[in-house]
Amino acid sequence: MTKNVMIVGVGGQGSLLASKLLGHLLLKEGYDVKVSEVHGMSQRGGSVVTYVRFGEKVYSPIIDKGEADFIVSFEKLEAARYLEYLKPDGRIVVNTQEIDPMPVITGAMEYPADLVEKMEKAGAAVDAMDCLSLAEEAGSAKAVNLVLMGRLSKYFDMPEEKWLQAIEECVPAKFVEMNKKAFALGRA
Amino acid sequence: MKQLMLGNKAFARGLYEAGCSVVSSYPGTPSTEVTEEAAKYDEIYCEWAPNEKVAMEVAFGACLAGKRSFCGMKHVGLNVAADPLYTCSYTGVNAGMVICVADDPGMHSSQNEQDSRHHAIAAKVPMIEPSDSAEALEFAKLAFEMSEDFDTPVIIKMCTRVAHSQSIVDTAERIVPPAKPYEKNIAKYVMMPGNAIRRHPFVEERTRKLIAYADNCPFNKVEMGDTKLGIITSSTSYQYVKEVFGEQASILKLGMVNPLPEKLILDFAARVDKLAIVEELDPIIENHCKALGLEVTGKDVLPMEGEFSQNLLAEKFGIKVPEYKSLGEQLPNRPPVMCAGCPHRGLFYTLAKNKVTVLGDIGCYTLGAVAPLNAMEMTLCMGASISAIHGFNKALGEESENKTVAVIGDSTFMHSGMTGLANIAYNQSNSTVIVLDNSITGMTGHQQNPLTGYNIKGDPAGKINLEALCRAMGFERIRVVDPYNLEECDTVVKEELAADEPSVIISRRPCALLKYVKHNAPLKVDETKCVGCKSCMKLGCPAISIKNGKAVIDTTLCVGCGVCSQLCRLGAL
Repeated sequence: MTKNVMIVGVGGQGSLLASKLLGHLLLKEGYDVKVSEVHGMSQRGGSVVTYVRFGEKVYSPIIDKGEADFIVSFEKLEAARYLEYLKPDGRIVVNTQEIDPMPVITGAMEYPADLVEKMEKAGAAVDAMDCLSLAEEAGSAKAVNLVLMGRLSKYFDMPEEKWLQAIEECVPAKFVEMNKKAFALGRA
Repeated sequence: MKQLMLGNKAFARGLYEAGCSVVSSYPGTPSTEVTEEAAKYDEIYCEWAPNEKVAMEVAFGACLAGKRSFCGMKHVGLNVAADPLYTCSYTGVNAGMVICVADDPGMHSSQNEQDSRHHAIAAKVPMIEPSDSAEALEFAKLAFEMSEDFDTPVIIKMCTRVAHSQSIVDTAERIVPPAKPYEKNIAKYVMMPGNAIRRHPFVEERTRKLIAYADNCPFNKVEMGDTKLGIITSSTSYQYVKEVFGEQASILKLGMVNPLPEKLILDFAARVDKLAIVEELDPIIENHCKALGLEVTGKDVLPMEGEFSQNLLAEKFGIKVPEYKSLGEQLPNRPPVMCAGCPHRGLFYTLAKNKVTVLGDIGCYTLGAVAPLNAMEMTLCMGASISAIHGFNKALGEESENKTVAVIGDSTFMHSGMTGLANIAYNQSNSTVIVLDNSITGMTGHQQNPLTGYNIKGDPAGKINLEALCRAMGFERIRVVDPYNLEECDTVVKEELAADEPSVIISRRPCALLKYVKHNAPLKVDETKCVGCKSCMKLGCPAISIKNGKAVIDTTLCVGCGVCSQLCRLGAL
C-alpha cells in the first residue's frame, strides 16, 4: 500500500531539505520512493508543494485529492489550501506561522482567522505547533523543516535512530547538532 | 548504487555514461537541470548558448566532428531551434546527437502548452519519451546508439512530471565510444537543393525502417492484464494508468512516440476487447490508431488541456475517486511575486506611474503585469517585445511613439532581442527599448549568459558590452539607470520617450538573490510618522504590509533597497 506525504509551504521556506531527508530515509528502508515537485516559480514567494510517495511499488509521482496520509505544512494558510488532498483518516502537521500572501498584503483580502479550528471542524486531525519558536530555540529559524520532521516522525513506525542517522547523512556536518536538536524539539 | 534521482539529473547521468562529450543548451523550465547536472562532469564540455538555435547548431557541429553531443531546451525553445532540426534530419549525424525537449503540460512555468511531438513528426526525427528517472537515464544512453545506427538526431521528450520527479535509478560507468573521424562528405552535409533532393528519400526510407524497428524495440512494451480493456499510453500518463488500473487493464507503453509502430499496435488491439488511448495534450497516438482503422476511446473523454492525474483518469473512466474534506471557504491566493529588493520593481513602478504602454517579454519581469503594478500589456515569446514595439509604432506613429516602451531582460535580449533591435536600427522606428539587466538569467534559476562575464561553471568568460553593441547598431541615445533610484528612472524614461529618435535604456542592477549581492539592513518604520497612507504599498513589495493602520516591514524579507522610502513623503521609512 502506497503511503503519501505532502509537504507544502511558501517558496523559500526550505521544504527541499525535508523532502530530501524523507526520501533518503525511505530509500534506505527498502521502499520504492518518488519525490516530486515543481521548480520554476519557487523562489518567488509562491505556494509550493512537494509530493513524497513510498511503498512496495510507486507509480504516479503526484498525490491527488483525498490521497495524502500526511500533509506537512510550513505555514497555516498553505495547510488549509491543500486540505482537500488529505485522506479521510489523514493527519495535518502544521507550523502555525502566518505569512501574508499578496492579496492580504495589498489589503484586497484578510488573512483567514481560526484556520486550525476550521480544519478540525471539517473533520481533519490537526497537529499544530509553533515550529518557528522551536527552531529558534534549537539555534536557527531555518530549522523549521527539522522541527516538522521531528513531529511527523512520531506518526511513523520507525525507530528514532534511523531518523537521526538520516539527518547525519543529509545535513552538512556543522549543522547536524542544531538540526538534531530541532528534530528532538519537534518530536517531544 | 541505487539512489533517488531527479529525472533531469538521471538524464544527465545517461549522457555521461553514454560518453557524450559536448553539451550546448539554453535554459528553460523544466529542462534546465539536464544541462546544469551535465556541467558537473568534468569529462563533458558544457555551455549555455545564447539561444536554442545556436545550441542545436553547436551540438550538430560537435557530432559532425565525431563526438557524441547533446542540446537541451524547453518546448518553446524547440520552435527557435526548428530551423536546424528540420534540416539535420536530412544530413543525419556522424557521431550520435541527442536533443532534449521538455514539455510543460499545465503550464507551470510556460506561455503555452504546445505538444512537441508535432515537431518530431514534421521533422521526421525519432522521438522517445521516458516515464521516470530510470528510463531517462537508460533512454539517454540508447538514444545515442539509435542516433548512430539510423543516422539521425534523436529527440528525447521530457515533461514536467518526469523532469522534476525523483525516482530510483541504478548508475553505471562511463563508456566513451571510439571517436568517428570527420570525413568530408559534401553530398551528405551541404544541404543545397541538388544534395537535399537526394537526402529526402533517405529520410523517408529511414522512417520506414524506424516504423519496423518500433514494433520490436527496447522502448515499447506490452504489459498484459485483464483483456476487457487495453490502454495505449506513454510518459507520465503511463504512471497514472498503472496507478488507477493496475492489473485491471492491459497496457501498451510506448517509449518511442515517433514514428509510432503499426504491427505492435494492431497485435495489441487484437488481444483486447476495447481500446483506450491515454495521452496528455494532443491526440497523436489516437489519430495514428484511427488511421490504422482501430476504434478507440481517447479525447472523446479525456481533455486536450492541462496535466492528467490518477483522479482525473479514474473519474473519466467511471471509477470511484477518493472522498475528501473541504474548508468551504475562499482562501487568498499566493501567486508568485517579484522578490523583495527585486531591481525590476522600481522601473515598473516608474512605467506604471507614467501610464506607459509596456510591451513585455519572457522572464521574472513578466510579473510586472500583475497587481498592483499592472505595468505590462503584452507578452508573447522570447524577443517579441522589441520586434512588436517597432510594429506598434510603425502602425500608430506619433500616437504611440512617446508613450510606449519595450522591456526585455538581459538573457532574453541576447537570446533574440538583438535581431529585433537591428530591425529598429535599420527600419528606423522611434522606439524606446528598456533592457532590464539584472546580470543573470533569473526565471530559470540563475544561469549565466553572454552579458554576465561568466560561463556555466562560474568561471570568467567573454562578456559582451551591451552599450557598445547598441552603439554599433547605430543607436545614439543609450542611457543607463539604477532602478533603485526612482527619480533617475522617472527623468530618463520621460526624456527618452520624448526624444524623436530611437533609444535604449539599460536598467542595471544585479538580481537581489545573487549570492555576491550585499544587502543593506532592513528598513524600520517610524510609527510616529507613518499615517498609513499606503503610498509604499503601490510597489507590491512582499516585505511591506499594513497592520493596524501602520506600515510594517517584514525584516526577514527586506533587503534594505530603499525604493519604498523614496515614496514616503513623511520620512517614516
